Amino acid sequence: MAIEKILKDDASEEKGERARMASFVGAIAITDLVKTTLGPKGMDKILQSTGRGHEVTVTNDGATILKSLHIDNPAAKVLIDISKVQDDEVGDGTTSVVVLAGELLREAEKLVAAKIHPMTIISGYRMAAECARNALLQRVVDNKENAEKFKSDLMKIAMTTLSSKILSQDKEHFAQLAVDAVMRLKGSTNLEAIQIIKKPGGSLKDSFLDEGFILDKKIGLGQPKRIENAKILVANTAMDTDKVKIYGARVRVDSMSKVAEIEGAEKEKMREKVKKILGHGINCFVNRQLIYNFPEELFADAGILAIEHADFDGIERLALVTGGEIASTFDNPESVKLGHCKLIEEIMIGEDKLIHFSGVEMGQACTIVLRGASHHVLDEAERSLHDALCVLSQTVNDTRVLLGGGWPEMVMAKEVDELARKTPGKKSHAIEAFSRALVAIPTIIADNAGLDSADLVAKLRAEHHKEGCNAGIDVISGSVGDMAELGISEAFKVKQAVLLSATEAAEMILRVDEIITCAPRKREDRM
Amino acid sequence: MALAFDEYGRPFIILKEQDQKTRLRGIDAQKANISAGKAVARILRTSLGPKGMDKILQSPDGDVTITNDGATILEQMDVDNQIAKLMVELSRSQDYEIGDGTTGVVVMAGALLEQAERLLERGIHPIRIAEGYEMASRIAVEHLEHISQKFDFGASNIEPLVQTCMTTLSSKIVNRCKRHLAEISVKAVLSVADLERKDVNLDMIKVEGKVGGKLEDTELIYGITVDKDMSHPQMPKQIEDAKIAILTCPFEPPKPKTKHKVDIDTVEKFQTLRLQEQKYFDDMVQKCKDVGATLVICQWGFDDEANHLLMHRNLPAVRWVGGVELELIAIATGGRIVPRFQELTPEKLGRAGLVREKSFGTTKDKMLYIEHCANSRAVTIFIRGGNKMMIEETKRSIHDALCVARNLIRNNSIVYGGGSAEISCSIAVEAAADKYPGVEQYAIRAFADALDSVPMALAENSGLQPIETLSAVKSQQIKDNNPHYGIDCNDVGTNDMREQDVFETLIGKQQQILLATQVVKMILKIDDVISPSDY
Repeated sequence: MAIEKILKDDASEEKGERARMASFVGAIAITDLVKTTLGPKGMDKILQSTGRGHEVTVTNDGATILKSLHIDNPAAKVLIDISKVQDDEVGDGTTSVVVLAGELLREAEKLVAAKIHPMTIISGYRMAAECARNALLQRVVDNKENAEKFKSDLMKIAMTTLSSKILSQDKEHFAQLAVDAVMRLKGSTNLEAIQIIKKPGGSLKDSFLDEGFILDKKIGLGQPKRIENAKILVANTAMDTDKVKIYGARVRVDSMSKVAEIEGAEKEKMREKVKKILGHGINCFVNRQLIYNFPEELFADAGILAIEHADFDGIERLALVTGGEIASTFDNPESVKLGHCKLIEEIMIGEDKLIHFSGVEMGQACTIVLRGASHHVLDEAERSLHDALCVLSQTVNDTRVLLGGGWPEMVMAKEVDELARKTPGKKSHAIEAFSRALVAIPTIIADNAGLDSADLVAKLRAEHHKEGCNAGIDVISGSVGDMAELGISEAFKVKQAVLLSATEAAEMILRVDEIITCAPRKREDRM
Repeated sequence: MALAFDEYGRPFIILKEQDQKTRLRGIDAQKANISAGKAVARILRTSLGPKGMDKILQSPDGDVTITNDGATILEQMDVDNQIAKLMVELSRSQDYEIGDGTTGVVVMAGALLEQAERLLERGIHPIRIAEGYEMASRIAVEHLEHISQKFDFGASNIEPLVQTCMTTLSSKIVNRCKRHLAEISVKAVLSVADLERKDVNLDMIKVEGKVGGKLEDTELIYGITVDKDMSHPQMPKQIEDAKIAILTCPFEPPKPKTKHKVDIDTVEKFQTLRLQEQKYFDDMVQKCKDVGATLVICQWGFDDEANHLLMHRNLPAVRWVGGVELELIAIATGGRIVPRFQELTPEKLGRAGLVREKSFGTTKDKMLYIEHCANSRAVTIFIRGGNKMMIEETKRSIHDALCVARNLIRNNSIVYGGGSAEISCSIAVEAAADKYPGVEQYAIRAFADALDSVPMALAENSGLQPIETLSAVKSQQIKDNNPHYGIDCNDVGTNDMREQDVFETLIGKQQQILLATQVVKMILKIDDVISPSDY
């Protein structure tokens, strides 16, 4: 009798060795894909979307690359997921986490081929990960107390993060921008308060941080272009025909004159509303919704600057910056908090007019204006800057700092090697493999820079046998250098997240011995 | 086959459209059914025990699930065969009843089917096999009762409960911090349990997950978390001693259900309507304020004006809260859900010691924590983990652990795990078999063999020599007359499960044996499979 079919027609099932191989192959393929973007001399990728217009993105950011891939392999999906989480949690290290997980699996594949059970490998990896984390914990530097030093730490971290991105040419400039912006947040991780405006034109070097707030809007016609000591009312209210919100209400009239009367009443209502708003004693009014011509005219008559259609984020930020509250009713002007700023003026960036609020009360928010040759450059610059901002804001909360340039990997590898020597049983092979996977990262960094990786890593390993060594790979000069002197630092939080999620993902994939794929849902062919 | 002849020798058709149906009868049908059942069991066999492997399941939409939980694997497997579907049902009913042991029950049923196949080949009638199994299962269940132990626990002594939950969790991917999760589960269950009535309402425990952080950051919150934020960005983010108004009516003008029209034909009417509308918003907010609420939680949305008024009167509010969460909040804070503003009274307000908004990571994800509630019975387990699949798997594991803890509170008997209970039952059933005259004897012996297959699978998955290990443990059990010897999966060095602290619940084990026997009986009794053939 034939083997019973228990699954549906198109479903497939892969067992044991084959399943494991399928997941290893998938994971390693993903790793190889992003491997070349690692490190300061990593290469970029061009992504072309299949959607309309075939938009092109040029990027170096692991999370962005992986997010855009259409993947069918389940193990590869796990890796993409960890990179996405890394992006959400700490913002940087999205490539490293995938590469480390991939290297761990590559090593595991060899062990499995040598007939070591996956469970043994997992327990070895766990021990190694714990040990590696402790090794890092012992070597962290925490400059929380010393503001001056801490700031220079932040600066170094920003430069290290940016050095692998498109901004590396002007990394000092941008690092300064990012550090300044984050320092203004005063410990909050709310990156919403930092607005990034992209304007094509000029060069990257022309980008600047603005202390105040820039709103990408135009000032209404006939209204003052410059206001000093502005009192701002931030509102979210309808300034078109103020709709009657009671359900089912409708206007039914029987003669033209009545229409005119009602229209008059409507106008009167709007006039009253504007009057009430004016009653707040303001000279600038920012609304989230549309402002119709009629009220706009009224505002212009009263010499008030009225800005319409500020998007929701813009309104929130503006409220945050100026210290006002978002108002929707205007009956009691004395209790509404108004926002203040020293100066509102229209400025020109490139060819566009923008509204600039300066001298704001609360210095938390700020705006970074990015300039660059093309949209692609600007997009990539924004992503890079976003990475740097994320890392910095996380570092402000968790002030522990490590050296960079492959230094943490070497430190971890050394400790893990020690552990392997002490551990009896088959686990020690797995622990050794873990340290090999760690060393793979500096190797890849060196390879990507076109250096002789075998030679460099061997030198590095020798250096690290001395106590308290700060050696790492100096990609610029192509040799082993002192990372502390070169000022290459990384945030502890990023490294820890890389280590833990990579181990977790590798473990998850290793535990699998069967893949069951359901029949893909039938879809209408839309092409 | 489907054709019979009447007394005149004319053929007539029994089964309509027989060409389009495939039909299997007699021994062929039974064999086909058994092999299908075995195939399902074979898939799950490698997931059993602390060293069991996981499965990747890819759904029709391409989503990936990685799991070790038998019920989940089978549910997502897109099974087509009828008998295989029975096995899926089997594991699901174990999941509903007990919550744990979903893999074990399928492996057990598979083993029973395998044994039955051999007996069928020897020409024993399936009904006799089924009856034999039935007797054997009764013996086994009684024996389990016999070797079970009761243990005491109380609110202060939770150690035994934690140990049992740890046994459950040790087979999952979360075993890295099983101690931590087991403690959380036990504390959660205890805080909602009614120890007098021995009842636990698991609905009161909410399991929430958010990607990011480490597994170790998973925490138990004595209160509720809601995946929402304050309706107005400038409302206070933290409220102490909150009095909560829980509303299911929107802060919007009324929308009567009957169709109606308000006709405006004069200027006066237009103006009165306007005033009314303003008054309406004002009244709504004022009402909440009047009863003394300091926080409004609403199932529906707010109008911009109402939102500002709320903000203005310093009354923080949360909108678009789901129905289930709303109920939980009501239970936790001791408040009543109020469907109309008119019915809002101070007694109907819920109370919570602390309400705060917390943000995560670099994205602007925010969650609302409602803690120190008046009624501390509702709790939330908040899971963190490296990726989405990890969180989902942790949720399932926590669910299993919660169920185990609940079962223990209902019935505090335990048996020892690691296959020791099965081995002990197998010995007892084997011994009892000789007392039965008749063909059933063979079936009972076969049942004993089938019981062995669980510890065998455990040993196999742990990388031990299955037959060698099993026979060693078995002889040890008989020699010392001690039912606590099991398979040493974790390589600790002792076979005594009492020393290793590996427990399982008695009802869980009993249910496994009973359910598996039932399904196998059902499968054995089928002798005709009629199904539409593939065209």
